[in-house]
Amino acid sequence: MTDITHVSRREALGLLGALGAFTLGVRLRPAAAAEGAAAGGEVALFVSIRPDGRTLLTSHRSEMGQHVWTAMAQIIADELEADWAQVEVVQAPGDAKYGDQNTDGSRSVRRNLDRLRRVGAAMRAMLRQAAATRWGVDVEACVAKNHAVAHPKSKRRLGYGELAEEAAKLTVPAEPALKARAEWRYIGKPVASVTVPTVVRGGGSYGADVRLPGMLYAVVARPPRLYAPLRGVDDGAAKAVPGVVRTVRLPTLEAPPRFAAVGGVAVVARDTWAALRGRDALKLDWGPGPNAEYDSARFLEAMQKTAAEPGTVRRSRGDAEGALKVAAKQVEAEYHVPHLAHASMEPPAAVARWSGDRVECWACVQAPQSARKAVAEACGVPLDRVTINVTWLGGGFGRKSKPDFVVEAARVARAAGAPVKVQWTREDDLHHDYFHTVSVQRLTGGLAADGRCVAWRHRTVFPPIGSTFTAGNTTPSWGELRMGCTDVPFAVPNLRVESGEAKAHVRIGWLRSVANIYHAFAVQSFAAELAAAANRDPKDYLLELIGPPRHVDPRGEGAEYDNYGDSLDEYPIDTGRLAAVVKQAASRARWGRALPPGHGLGIAAHRSFLSYVATVVEVAWDSATKRLSIPGVWSVMDAGTVVNPGSARSQLEGGTLFGLSNALYGAITARRGVVQQRNFPDFRLMRMDEAPRVVEVHVVESDAPPGGVGEPPTPPAAPALCNAIFAATGKRVRHLPVFRDGNPNRLEV
Amino acid sequence: MATTLYVNGAHHQVDADPETPLLWVLRDHLGLTGTKYGCGVAQCGACTVHVDGSPRRSCVTPLRRVEGAAVTTIEGAEGRIAEALRAAWIDLQVPQCGFCQAGQLMSAVALLKAVPKPDDADIDRGMNGNLCRCATYTRIRAAIHQAARAVK
Repeated sequence: MTDITHVSRREALGLLGALGAFTLGVRLRPAAAAEGAAAGGEVALFVSIRPDGRTLLTSHRSEMGQHVWTAMAQIIADELEADWAQVEVVQAPGDAKYGDQNTDGSRSVRRNLDRLRRVGAAMRAMLRQAAATRWGVDVEACVAKNHAVAHPKSKRRLGYGELAEEAAKLTVPAEPALKARAEWRYIGKPVASVTVPTVVRGGGSYGADVRLPGMLYAVVARPPRLYAPLRGVDDGAAKAVPGVVRTVRLPTLEAPPRFAAVGGVAVVARDTWAALRGRDALKLDWGPGPNAEYDSARFLEAMQKTAAEPGTVRRSRGDAEGALKVAAKQVEAEYHVPHLAHASMEPPAAVARWSGDRVECWACVQAPQSARKAVAEACGVPLDRVTINVTWLGGGFGRKSKPDFVVEAARVARAAGAPVKVQWTREDDLHHDYFHTVSVQRLTGGLAADGRCVAWRHRTVFPPIGSTFTAGNTTPSWGELRMGCTDVPFAVPNLRVESGEAKAHVRIGWLRSVANIYHAFAVQSFAAELAAAANRDPKDYLLELIGPPRHVDPRGEGAEYDNYGDSLDEYPIDTGRLAAVVKQAASRARWGRALPPGHGLGIAAHRSFLSYVATVVEVAWDSATKRLSIPGVWSVMDAGTVVNPGSARSQLEGGTLFGLSNALYGAITARRGVVQQRNFPDFRLMRMDEAPRVVEVHVVESDAPPGGVGEPPTPPAAPALCNAIFAATGKRVRHLPVFRDGNPNRLEV
Repeated sequence: MATTLYVNGAHHQVDADPETPLLWVLRDHLGLTGTKYGCGVAQCGACTVHVDGSPRRSCVTPLRRVEGAAVTTIEGAEGRIAEALRAAWIDLQVPQCGFCQAGQLMSAVALLKAVPKPDDADIDRGMNGNLCRCATYTRIRAAIHQAARAVK
């Protein structure tokens, strides 16, 4: 339970500057013990009204392009009946008192809609009461609207600022009356983002933009392979570079990686350029370490062997093995998605400043409490000596919930005895990412004589994220499997899901939509392969696989299933909603229309983070030039109640193209343990001329509880693309990316 | 050794290695952090500025090459074209994370100066050097068309 309460000056000190006359906060349950919560029951999530009416509120989630500042403000301002022009957002630092601050898992709105509405509603009720008391009238005769309370009968009116001091003396209502949905004025409306006017003038502060007096600049030479030991350092030439101040040796990482720094040598200088030149001049002798034999091409073969053999059964219905044996037709296919890098446009950067045994950091982090704990552990200081200020994030996509770069800044700043910014280069970012894992999946389907799918067997093999937290962990977790594999919603009588073991050779992390990326790619590609084998239309066949409207519960069939942390009662796996987005996307793309020669349509649909997305991709393949392009994309998302349909549409556009970009070009490979991609020429991202000219998206209007928005758009993109390529060319792409080795958008068929 | 720079209409004395890329001079020495580092090898366009009116990747432009030239960054971009583009960027809610958008806008200003009424192929050519991981390309294209109409 949340608990709304008054906030004293002391409690909000520093965060909201000059505290307003009337401030409420919410006591939150501290985040999970793993986040190192020390404080409990402290007040957080302040909303403060100043005497001039200006209203400040905290966002405890990180702003990284999803426009969460705007969403938080919309929710509070709506129930508060605030004037949008008077609302300002302040970023909260990392502190357990804010509850869960980890800005991933597409749950900022999901987890906060109700509690933020209640804060706004409580303040509105108190402001009304304050006005009624001052006027000596019945509170029911007073109307709170647009930052003022009015008494229509006597035509009196007082602004919120004028009422703030009196409202602050009232008791906070335990159960404030919430507005009816029909009365919402900001929630559910495409309110313009509060950050964009600043962005277009080059304002705002991202991680790398923080500047402190006396600050030095550092870059780090990190091990070429994970865990490679540093045997010798010759930093003479580096120190001779003008502007270089000193070097700092960082301890070699030991397994498991967690959020510690990977080790190496930092070069500290008067500006970034001197630090870079100093790093180039370092002579470092690295030992081979345990990953010197890692070769991604050979490792792929090993994973393929694993996927060819029976694995551990993770969900089972009926008798899939028996049904496969007697099926009229058996179809089998193997899919591969390579390691991917997050490659946010802003590479990691962090600033740290020590004062005695206290350290204050500024960083582009998604999970400031994780950063706080990691810095405290690495530097051997208590948690309360560490402050993490959250800047804007120039993209996150999961990378910036791993605060290894903040640990580096804290360590280097302490050794340097000055404030230090650690700047990652793009090469650093691509070499030392917490990579999206590599996977091989083998799917086997059995068709009856009439083409119906009667058996579905899915084997998935991938080094798990758990390897980042437990040394030697090779077993896919239930949390990864339920992202598109064990939660497969198909109405197939015989179903079997198996997982295989795989060892990690790099740091593995979560990337936008996580395991849904490869699971949806395999499942939705294979659905189209079955349709082809049954000689059926892929959209019709997909709907047949999804089956009649019903609620699917994998728990009855041997799977552990946590439904993204929410109950299946509130958020069922609803095949009716999944089928509905398939039909809408098909209709918007005019599925079945006559296409020019060389064009093809592909469709895919997926439920993730409690939301439903279907995507249709149109590709065009020119048989003379072999050039493949994407003229159009149509995407439909049902994310339940949506606070800002404008930014939800942005996420649907961007998340879909993010998925297409990865599918077309994305691959991180390694030889002798060393990542082969250095910079954007090698790790390609979609560019303007490669982006579809037509991107039509639709967000379904729904009263259902809010689902995720940032991640669900990505999973259907890759299979819809490859299904379209098959429709256009007859070539089935089962191993991603579509274009390899710098092949300039040409596809050999 | 001091180099004289002319940035956004003001003169600055900069004490830095003449080989230092303009990007780091702007960011570290002058505190103009609107110009972003994204790759350092002229592949992403986040660092795009104007030198004597032409778009340049400041991450590969040495300080010595811009002595005496007029440098314009996102903070100093002004005029009808820049403001029309900003208005369109806001109207169409182009930015997501916003990190690449200074570079996108600087490339778009240069494009509209060279081609006042660009077609889609012109936009491809003018904007292809600017990456966006949030993939706001569709809205960037629409906003450039809208700004071009607004400038007249």
